[in-house]
Amino acid sequence: MFKKLSTGLTLVMALAAGGANAAGGDAKVTDYDFSFEDFFGSYDQMQLQRGLQVYTEICAACHGLKYVSFRNLADKGGPELPADQVRAYAKNYEVFDPSLADGDGDFREAAWADKFPAVTSAAAPDLSLMAKARAGFHGPYGTGINQFLKGMGGAEYIASLLAGYADAPSCAPEGFDGHYNTVFTAGGYPKECLDADGNHKYPGSWIGMAQPISGEDVEYIDGSPTDVEALSQDVAAFLMWTAEPKLNDRKRAGFVGILVLGLLAILLYFTNKALWAPVKRRAKEEDEE
Amino acid sequence: MGGIPHDHYEPKSNFEKGMAKRLPIFGLLYDTLMIPTPKNLNWMWIWGIVLTFCLALQIITGIVLVMHYTPHEDLAFASVEHIMRNVNGGHMIRYFHMNGASLFFVAVYAHIFRGLYYGSYKAPREVTWIIGMLIYLLMMGTAFMGYVLPWGQMSFHGTAVITGLFGAIPFIGEALQTWLLGATAVGQPALNRFFSLHYLLPFVIAGLVIVHIWAFHTTGNNNPTGVEVRRTSKADAEKDTLKFWPYFVIKDLFALAVILVVFMAIVGFMPNYLGHPDNYIEANPLATPAHIVPEWYFLPFYAILRAFTADVWVVQIASFITGGIIDAKFFGVLAMFGAIAVMALAPWLDTSSVRSGRYRPMFKWWFWILVADFIFLMWLGAMPAEEPYASLSLLGATYWFAYFLVILPLLGVIEKPQTPPATIEEDFNAHYGKKGADSATPAE
Repeated sequence: MFKKLSTGLTLVMALAAGGANAAGGDAKVTDYDFSFEDFFGSYDQMQLQRGLQVYTEICAACHGLKYVSFRNLADKGGPELPADQVRAYAKNYEVFDPSLADGDGDFREAAWADKFPAVTSAAAPDLSLMAKARAGFHGPYGTGINQFLKGMGGAEYIASLLAGYADAPSCAPEGFDGHYNTVFTAGGYPKECLDADGNHKYPGSWIGMAQPISGEDVEYIDGSPTDVEALSQDVAAFLMWTAEPKLNDRKRAGFVGILVLGLLAILLYFTNKALWAPVKRRAKEEDEE
Repeated sequence: MGGIPHDHYEPKSNFEKGMAKRLPIFGLLYDTLMIPTPKNLNWMWIWGIVLTFCLALQIITGIVLVMHYTPHEDLAFASVEHIMRNVNGGHMIRYFHMNGASLFFVAVYAHIFRGLYYGSYKAPREVTWIIGMLIYLLMMGTAFMGYVLPWGQMSFHGTAVITGLFGAIPFIGEALQTWLLGATAVGQPALNRFFSLHYLLPFVIAGLVIVHIWAFHTTGNNNPTGVEVRRTSKADAEKDTLKFWPYFVIKDLFALAVILVVFMAIVGFMPNYLGHPDNYIEANPLATPAHIVPEWYFLPFYAILRAFTADVWVVQIASFITGGIIDAKFFGVLAMFGAIAVMALAPWLDTSSVRSGRYRPMFKWWFWILVADFIFLMWLGAMPAEEPYASLSLLGATYWFAYFLVILPLLGVIEKPQTPPATIEEDFNAHYGKKGADSATPAE
């Protein structure tokens, strides 16, 4: 009895732990298929480049990426832009260099080793880590265990939110602060849209950010679709990469680790069996006497 | 070694003989590795090696992380991102360290509950148990302070909540809290000293681990029957035991390898599963997260802390008797630390003459309810502080205390235990022989 229950104990503990973090959050996140999901999933270089374009032309107007360096755009497993393109791209940004103007500091064109400039506006949070700071999935049954293959759903959350804008329900008063979004739950909610029990009649809430993507906002040179959902997914994939640039390496390390340790476990199993065999045989003989 | 008769170390080469006269280190290593170990140990006796591995993993990965980390409120979060992005292999080292803490606690809880089931805490192993509890307390302190270092939202606001507990202590609370934090609120002084202590405590733990091992090497290991190894003669002792090396080292390493496969799967494919997304947002004193949830391994005790609200009658009585000195907040703090204290007192609360739970028909049930209660409390600890969770937490907390303070002492009196086998050898032979195959407890 003990053995069965104790094996269960460790498992249940892990599940209870995961479920613990799943509390709260009831956003209707769409489970988009991303290339970086699953055991062998990795980033789609072309999608990351498209996402970079969406970020540059739309998001960068307000949001920063302060933990990402321009040189990262050339990193293997990322958008993998050629070095000269990265240098040319960096020139579109200005960074503050404290060494200029005799130590007073001044702005200059960004270069290879600089980071994306930070934006210090509370209304426009930095996007570098956004895909890890939001969890889209908590299932099944709130255990969150499906993260194993899908990740925690940060990219799905971002894509769903960007595609989640809708016309405000008619119950909302004219000029209610913000923009109605069916996925964003942390915003304001007009009391006119609550039912008798105080529950929300409509999903989501009112978000400060105006709808950033309405379709056909950018023009892709490879002719990929530019509808709201496609653009949202492209930029979400890009933001997943900015949040977890080493995802491909990590999965490879995990895979090799499982393989090597699995092999070691098998070898140790047989070593252990051989080592104990005479002891167990003797025990059996003595028992039968 | 616990008075178990066994072969002693004999220096052979001239070098060994010379060393034996000057520093008997080979003798110490030999006696430690060759300790006669009950041969019937089951798979719940592997957690010691897993825990030793965890301590080594955490210290080694931790030392590397410190080389790249900056304990400053404006730079800490960015330095962790620097580790994740720019340090060679840094993302794996950090994920190992992060998830290593969870593996450490999975192992320590399995280890503690094994001890509770098989009566490992009972005489003559009380000292081993108490030192183990001290290690567990230090582990919690170390893990808590380590969680502060990334300086994310959950780090910051979690620290504010937990150090706020000390503020609940009457008279000296506020001063104590300020002294702990080095300021009236969580900030640079707290981050700096938590960093210092987070580096120090693992080495204190390592020292206590040596004492823990020393203590149970003096009494000898407990085993699933709870029957002591025969000390009547060397021949008898050898029938009950096998040498730790190679028999148990290889067995434990096999178990460790299997556990590490699972660990590697988590680190490689869901490294943030046991973390909280909010901790990827830099600490901001002005924006409090909607739900402040401690790490999973604190949740059972966090649930006990929150269970004793002002409307609970014991709290009201305590408040009335002490003239309001013990309020609900302070009562909760006392309950939380009390929950660990009663566990530490188990050797003196358990009155049964039989050591192992295997031969205690009533105890078994109460024990498994305790395990279920622990998991139940863990779940409740993550729920918001509202009904029905508050009442359920109170129920769970009550059972926790009742188990140690009422059930354990009473069971020893009312329960009629079965007779354990006369010797370890008998149990071992029965398990692998014909009788074992037909016995009532095949799963053992």
